[in-house]
Amino acid sequence: MVPTQYYLILSAILFGLGAVAFVVKRNIITIFMSIELMLNAVNLAFVAFSQAKGKLDGQVFVLFVIVVAAAEAAVGLGIIILTARNRRSLNIERVDLLKL
Amino acid sequence: MTPALIVFFVLAALCVIGALSLILQKHPIHSALSLIVVMVSLAGLYLLLGAEFVAAVQIIVYGGAIMVLFVFVIMLLNASAEEHTSFSKLAKFGGLPLALALTGLLAAAMIRNGGALPNSPNPDALASTSSISMMLFSTFVYPFELTSFLILVAIMGALVLAQREKKA
Repeated sequence: MVPTQYYLILSAILFGLGAVAFVVKRNIITIFMSIELMLNAVNLAFVAFSQAKGKLDGQVFVLFVIVVAAAEAAVGLGIIILTARNRRSLNIERVDLLKL
Repeated sequence: MTPALIVFFVLAALCVIGALSLILQKHPIHSALSLIVVMVSLAGLYLLLGAEFVAAVQIIVYGGAIMVLFVFVIMLLNASAEEHTSFSKLAKFGGLPLALALTGLLAAAMIRNGGALPNSPNPDALASTSSISMMLFSTFVYPFELTSFLILVAIMGALVLAQREKKA
């Protein structure tokens, strides 16, 4: 039997790595992938809590998170294609129209 | 050390290695493959937690649909390896320490408060797929219907965003 804290610590580590990747990476697609990594970390915490509490609400919420992530991926990749077409680059340093 | 603990540590190591590889790889397609490793080992962890349905959905939707979409876009845009731009000062001196502090804070909070949680005595009896579906279509039926609307809006949004502009 694996203690619940182990899952929660793993979830925290994955979320932190996702946050680091979000800050460090320069490629729009990779940044988007790090968002997916953070969502996955949260899903792991949901399932771990659901198992610890003996209730299924957490797993139902994971399904909702996955649906929202799929919708977000579709719209976000559409935006990425649009940006790449307009800027001729996937580097976020080039997307600085709102920068002062 | 029980077999479950060994399986957990192997899968957890795969997860962390995959996430690190996502950060360290220069080419986006390599990052995408690392992310697939993370997702598949997370599905294994869900199986270990006794959540078979979530594990299957994780493989089908994340490992299948979403990552194929990512790989497809990477190939469509012919993405090349990351350019080495000047690593922004804000990211280096503000972002990285803050992200590491966030990880430490989350892990510390989990260690301190997660210990109070009891383990479910019988995880196998918990997560039958039929009870999830009963819950999904009774307690959570309105959010469930809302997600179908959300997906419809997302389809239309993606279509509008990605279509070629007509010459006016």
